[in-house]
Parts: sequence; C-alpha cells; structure tokens
Amino acid sequence: MTALFTIIIVLFVAVAIWQMVKIFDIAQVGTTQTQVADDKDNKINGYLMIAFLIFVYVITILCFWFIGDLPLLSNAASEHGSKVDNLMIISLVVIFIVQTITQFLLHYFAFKYKGEKGKKAFFYADNNTLEFIWTIIPVIVLAGLIIYGLFTWNDIMNIDEDEDPMVIELYAQQFNWKARYSGADNVLGKANVRLIDIDRANILGVDEEDPNAQDDIIVSELHLPVGKPVVFKMRSQDVLHSAYMPHFRAQMNCVPGMVTQFGFTPSVTTADMRERPEMIDKVKNINELRSERAAEIEESGQELIYEFDYLLLCNKICGTSHYNMQMKIIVETQEEFDAWLKEQTTFPNSLN
Amino acid sequence: MSATIDTHDHEDHEVHHHKQTFITKYIFSLDHKMIAKQYLITGTFMGIIGILMSIMFRMQIAWPSEPNVLFEALLGKWAPDGVMSADVYLALVTIHGTIMVFFVLTAGLSGTFSNLLIPLQIGARDMASGFLNMVSYWLFFISCVIMVSSLFVEAGPAAAGWTIYPPLSALPMASGGSGLGMTLWLVSMAIFIASSLIGALNYIVTVINMRTKGMSMTRLPLTIWAFFVTAVIGVVSFPVLLSAALLLIMDRSFGTSFFLSDIFIQGEVLHYQGGSPVLFEHLFWFLGHPEVYIVILPAMGLVSEIMASNSRKPIFGYRAMIASILAIAFLSTIVWGHHMFVSGMNPFLGSVFTFTTLLIAIPSAVKAFNWITTIWKGNLQMNPAMLFSIGFVSTFITGGLTGIILGDSALDINVHDTYFVIAHFHLVMGISALYGMFAGIYHWYPKMFGRMMNKNLGYIHFWITAVCAYGVFFPMHFIGMAGLPRRYYSNSSFPLFDDLTNTNVVITMFAIIGGIAQIIYLYNFFVSIFYGKKAEQNPWRSTTLEWTTPVEHIHGNWAGPIPHVYRWPYDYSKPGHDVDFVPQNIPLMEGEEELQH
Ligand code: HEM
Ligand SMILES: [Cu+2]
Ligand SMILES: [Cu+2]
Repeated sequence: MTALFTIIIVLFVAVAIWQMVKIFDIAQVGTTQTQVADDKDNKINGYLMIAFLIFVYVITILCFWFIGDLPLLSNAASEHGSKVDNLMIISLVVIFIVQTITQFLLHYFAFKYKGEKGKKAFFYADNNTLEFIWTIIPVIVLAGLIIYGLFTWNDIMNIDEDEDPMVIELYAQQFNWKARYSGADNVLGKANVRLIDIDRANILGVDEEDPNAQDDIIVSELHLPVGKPVVFKMRSQDVLHSAYMPHFRAQMNCVPGMVTQFGFTPSVTTADMRERPEMIDKVKNINELRSERAAEIEESGQELIYEFDYLLLCNKICGTSHYNMQMKIIVETQEEFDAWLKEQTTFPNSLN
Repeated sequence: MSATIDTHDHEDHEVHHHKQTFITKYIFSLDHKMIAKQYLITGTFMGIIGILMSIMFRMQIAWPSEPNVLFEALLGKWAPDGVMSADVYLALVTIHGTIMVFFVLTAGLSGTFSNLLIPLQIGARDMASGFLNMVSYWLFFISCVIMVSSLFVEAGPAAAGWTIYPPLSALPMASGGSGLGMTLWLVSMAIFIASSLIGALNYIVTVINMRTKGMSMTRLPLTIWAFFVTAVIGVVSFPVLLSAALLLIMDRSFGTSFFLSDIFIQGEVLHYQGGSPVLFEHLFWFLGHPEVYIVILPAMGLVSEIMASNSRKPIFGYRAMIASILAIAFLSTIVWGHHMFVSGMNPFLGSVFTFTTLLIAIPSAVKAFNWITTIWKGNLQMNPAMLFSIGFVSTFITGGLTGIILGDSALDINVHDTYFVIAHFHLVMGISALYGMFAGIYHWYPKMFGRMMNKNLGYIHFWITAVCAYGVFFPMHFIGMAGLPRRYYSNSSFPLFDDLTNTNVVITMFAIIGGIAQIIYLYNFFVSIFYGKKAEQNPWRSTTLEWTTPVEHIHGNWAGPIPHVYRWPYDYSKPGHDVDFVPQNIPLMEGEEELQH
C-alpha cells in the first residue's frame, strides 16, 4: 500500500515537472530574449498589485467576520481584564488604521507608477521635513500606548497586600496541575521538592512539621470565590510550565527552583458566564460542530456535549503531553466556595 | 571620507587561475563568488527540509492523529501507519524553527549575499581572507550535516522548541529528544556559531579595509551597510549564545547547576541546586532578539537596493536609512526581555523592556515610509525581484504592527506563546526575510550564474506565494487571540477550541499550496543554471560596481584595474543625464554636483 502511494506520488511529481518544462518553453517563446520586465509585464503586475491590495483587505474583513468574535475583547472574567481589553482594542484600532493606509499607499503606488518605456522617474532623494514627520508621528502614538501600557502593567503586577488577597499555590508537574489552598491562616506551609514522599502521598513536598502547613488543602480542581482578590504562588517540580488562564487575562511561568506569582480578582462566576448571550452562541456553535464528529469524539472518551468552563492551560512547552495539561477553574459565590472548601481534606489528613 | 588603496596585485591572480583543479574550484574554493553559491545551495537544501517539516506538522494540526500517507512516506518508523505522535510533532517544530532561523535565513541569506556582494560592490578582488571564508563555509556545512544527522537518532532529535529552554532540554528523562538528539543540536549550533563569527569578522574587515578608491562609507550601497552592521551584531551577540550552549552542556554532562535547581522527576530528586532557568532565558534572548535583526537587516539591504534600481529612482532618505540601521542595531541589543515578560523576572524589568521595545518601532517605521516614498513617482520595472521587494514591505508592515501588541507587557500576558506570536514573527521575520532572499536571488542570479531566470515562472511563484503567505499567517492572529497556545500537538483535548478547527484546515490548505509553489521556484532555479538565457553584463541597468565585472566569473573580479568610485550608488534618473542611471564609476560631469556629501 505504502509502496503504491509512494509510486503514485513520484509519478505525480514527474508529471508536474514535465508539465512545467512545457510551461517554461512556452513562456520563453513570445517574450523578448532578455527575461527583463517589459511594459506588458509592468502593466499586468501593476493591476495584480491592486488585486492583491483587495485580497489583503478582504482577508482582514473575513477574519474579523468569521473568527473575530474575540474572547479577548469581551468577556474578561477578572477585574483587571477589562483594562487589558481596552488597551488591546485601542492598539488594534491604531494598527488597523495604519495597516489600511500604508498597504494602500504601497500597492497603489506600485500600480500607479508602473513602468513605461520612455518615462523618466522623478529624482527625489531626500526631504528632512518628511523624515521628521514620520519619526515624530510614531513617537507620539507610541508614547501614548507605552504610558497606558505601563500603568496597566504596574497595576496588574503590583499585588496590593492591603487587600489581603487569598494565597493559593499552583503546582505544576509533567503533565498535571495541583492547587494548594493556604487555609484559615492564609499562609502556605513551607515546601521543597526534596521533601516529596510518594509513599506517604506527600506529592507536593510540603513540610509536615511546619505549623502553617497543617490547615493547607491540596486539590486538583481550582475553585475561586467571585470578587475576592487571589494571589497565586507558582511552583514547578520538573521543567518550565506556564499557568495560562486566558479568560482572566492571566499568565505566569512556573519555574523549578523559584516561586513566581500572579494576582487577580475574578469578577464573573462560571454560572453567570454560561448565561451570557455571546457564550451561549459560542457553545451552541461548538456543539453543532461536535455533533458532526460525534463518533470520533465518543471513541476518544470525551463527553460529546460541551459545557463552558474556565480553564488553566499549560502554555510553555514541557514535553509529550504538554497539549493536554489542564485544570478546571470554577468561580462561584463566597458561600458556595466555603461549602466546597469544607468538604476537602486538609494536608495532614491526606497523608498515608 | 577615507578611501583605501587596493593592495592586491592583479598579475598574481592570473597565475592562481591556471592552477585550479575541480576540487579547488568547486569544493575547497577560496573565491568569494563560489563560496556564495555554496552557501546558497546548502541553504536551499536545508530550506526544503524545513518547509517540508512545516507542511507535515500543519497537516497534523488540521487533521489530528489521522493516518497520513505523507507521514508514512517521509517519517517512516516515526509515524507507524502514518500516525504522528506528540513527540514527533514537537521534534518537527523544533527542527523546523532551528533550520529556518539559523540555517536558511542566517547562513543561507547572509552567507550568500555578504559573500557575493561585499567584494563586488565595494570594489575588492576578494574577501580579506579567502581561507577563513572557506573555513567558515565548511564549518557551516559540518553543522548542517550534524543537525540533519540528529534526525536519525534512535530517541529522536531535540524536541524542546528552538529556544531549548532548560530543564526540558537538559534532562533526558523529561523529553526523549533531550538525550543524544539535544547533544547533537548543541554541537551543531556551537560549530554554526564558530562559522558565523569567522564569517562576520571577515565581512567587517573587508568592508573597513578594502574599499576601492573613492568608495567612502557614505557612498556604500545600503546592502553593504546592512551586511556590515549585521556582522557587527553577530559578533556582539553570538558569543553569548555560545556560552549559554556551553553552560548547558556542562549542566547536562558534568553535573553543574547553572540553570537547574530543585528538580523532582520520575520518582527521584536530582542533585541540582541553586541554578536558574531564567538565567538561560536571558542568555538565549540576548542573542535571540538580535538574531531576528541578523535575519532581517540583510533582507532590508537587498530590498533597498532592488527597489531603487527597479524604481529607476534614488532610495529615499539614504542617510536616514543608514541612521535607522544603526539605531535598530543598537536598540536590538537592549530589548531581549520582551520575550520574558511572564518568565518570572522582576516586573520592573518588564516596564523597561516595554519601553525599549516600542522605541525600536520608530526606526522601523522610518524605513517603511522611506521605501514607500522610493516607489512614489518612480518608473517601476516589475521584475520578479521587484515584486518580492514590494511583498517584503507589505509583510514587514503587517507583521511589524502586531509587535506593538507583543511589546506591550500588559497585552503580552495574554497572547504570549499563542498563535498570535507565530503569526507575528513569521510575517515580520520569516516571510519578510524569505522574500528578501528571493528578491536577492532573482536580482543577482545573472551575477551568480551568468544566466537569467525565467521571469514568467518568477511571476507565478511570487503571486502564489504572496497569497498563501497571508492565507497561512493572517488568520493565525485570530486563533491566537482566541487563546490557542502554540506547540500543541493537537487541540482535541480542548473542546473550547473546537470552533477553530475549520480555520486550521484552511490555514493548512494554504500552507500546502504555498509549499507546492516553491517547486516552481526550485525548478526555475536549477534549470536556469544550465538552460537559462545568457545574461548581459548589466541586465537591470544598475549603478553599483558588481555590474562592471564581466559575466564570466574570473578570479579577482575585474580583468583590468579595479574601477574607482566618483558618486553615490543611487544616481537613477538624475536630471542632466541622458540615460536613467549613472554607474558609480563614472566621474562627475563638469559642473555636476554630487548629492549631499
Ligand atoms: C511554509 C512556510 C511555513 C509554515 C507553514 C510555517 C508554520 C509554522 C507553524 C504553524 C509553527 C508553530 C508550530 C507550533 O508552535 O506548534 C511554526 C514554528 C516556527 N517557524 Fe515556521 N512556518 C513556515 C516557514 C517559516 C519560516 C520561513 C521561518 C523563518 C524564520 C520559520 C520559523 C519558525 C520558527 C522559529 C518557529 C518556532 C519553532 C518553535 O516553536 O520552537 N517558519 N512554523
Ligand atoms: Cu506544558
Ligand atoms: Cu525579540
């Protein structure tokens, strides 16, 4: 079978090349000997430049139209998320305007000034005013974006201890996530990979002696109370991973040997997010597509019907199953959260 | 305004010439023109491998885990029954990235055109050291052989991404490719770096010392400026990657802990203590970012030259172009941290790198505007090289603009390591530099091979490639903004992304068509070497010195004395002249003024 296919492919290539030889010969006939563009070439390619400009515009419009219901621009589920989205929209608008104008100029000039025999180009080597203008305009636009961007960045990265954020550890290992809640004292017990004891089920290497560790809770599904600031302390036991929570506009690498952090305040519960009209549409669309591949999906063991959930994805290449390293995130009311937390076993009780 | 004197004695070279054998002429050649061709052919070969890989992993993304004849045929035992595994996917992505960035667009592009054009355009008989030049090429060749041979290692080639971040790249238990495959990757890259450094030093020395009489720095074509500055950036940044590679080798083989600390893997704690992977990221990107300018600056130089010649107009803002090359070169060494906003480094550093990164957009914008003004009111000769140059400006703008988003730390949080990044850098660096390379090949083919490429095949090649490049990479911005991470072997674990599958299929279709279009180019390239129309001495009617040499290659480039230079390289359509170009070796007419010197 393989051999047959290989032979067919080789045959196809051979035929293609033979065809091309003929194209080559035909192409060589009518033209002048030189293979340098003549007026006819200039004209055809000039028109094609305009066609290409239209193509670029059309593909832009199509992309916005069909795949532009960007979850990045709406539906942020964290408090800083809407600021990020605003900045993103402003940047996209600036880019869109500059892109439309410059592509127009480039392709239109290529069409308008296509060469003709006997015409002479305009000798125009320099103009300091022009150079100044197009240095200063980007400077102004970029200055605006930088300032806005830096304020937003500082806002996100500086974690306000006064707000008393809830401390949660995110723990990455090939190819799994775990979360550790710091419990009533809001302080995580000390931990190091050297303390890992698989036989006792101390998989995070938490120090059993540490008083702060006694009320810690280790889980594999992340629950967050809505409206409460959280700060994630991230660790990895083996290679780099990245904790990526796109709906919350949050991402930070998990680095073996150090603790990294990222904080945010979830602002929309999972239940509310599922009710949003855009989300209902999106889920409906996804389920329609899934029903077309029903057999395949059921064979793979996944549930056929998709229901929206927030996710934590791994976003730094970490090996074979990198593509499947995820954890569900559930945002809920404080009461629901408290009830859930009470159900979980504390660290000392989880040991064998 | 210093001009240097030609020290080569011409008679000497004639003597050499007679003693050449096949081996000294074609294999261990010391002649820069032959070495340029060797770089080009080797780079082309690596490019074919790299592009085939990208088509295969794109097929995997579009039709995940479906048996594929192409995989079965090309991957053999790696794809039993034509099904690709996750490890193989990661290996393909890694080697594709490495080959395209280093072997095709660094060595293939810079190596070819620096070698070909530096001596010819500055008026020198050869490189400062022909011997080192040959050594540089052969080191490059050896590194290619090692990289390709790593594809046949039992446990697979390196599979940690082209950025080879430790610990993944340091620990064989973390990834199959981190065993012998990674060792070969590191050895290959170390040799590659040695080759680049030798080459770069040679370029620098040649440009500084061997310009012909009258060829002052401000009469140099922009190509030479670009190659010169590229070489300087290479000399500054490549040694840092070399040191990172050496330290990584130490960690891997000699138990040191430069980049490793506190690791528990496969049931055991490793002894490493006190190192940091973030340090590796700093070292890597200290080269990695300048590297993208090492890739793009030569392409910019080629495009500037080709645009001026084919517009029959001077390049607009010659001095601003030089200034922006220098500004980009300087800034490129202080922006590396924009790859590390979410690496865990201090957020304050993130602010600094956001600032420097958005600064670098300014000289880039100046260049784009200058190119557009160059074609304004020109008399554009739409040769294939010109089409690729216009295409270059188009993709450079499209790709460059999204850099405003990625360079802004607050926005990068959410699009870092998604397909948005893939879209950005392929357009601004990958496709643009590839266009620059194609433009250069179509334009200087007559100089390299004494024959012309077929223009109609060139047109077909350009238009299919141009449409496919946008078709592949433009939609990737959107799937990236939807949150789809890169380096995922399959997206089927995330129903969340199911509405992106159709887009992924469309992208792959464009990639396949674009890949096939390259066969047209390869055919044109190789057949024209033997059957192309014989070239005239100056087919594009250009002003630079390489077109004053004879079509047949001779050792020492000019049969008689080296021409002297009397004017800048952009006297196209200058008022007061009958022809629309005045070569650099034509003295000023009586009463003629040279522009701004
Ligand atoms: C036929 C044309 C090409 C196609 C279809 C293509 C496609 C892709 C795709 C889809 C990825 C991302 C894979 C992933 O992250 O899972 C990728 C990675 C990459 N490509 Fe290309 N590419 C092409 C040409 C190029 C060129 C010309 C360059 C030169 C700069 C290049 C450089 C890279 C690099 C550096 C990576 C990153 C590899 C990594 O993640 O380690 N590619 N390519
Ligand atoms: Cu991962
Ligand atoms: Cu960079």
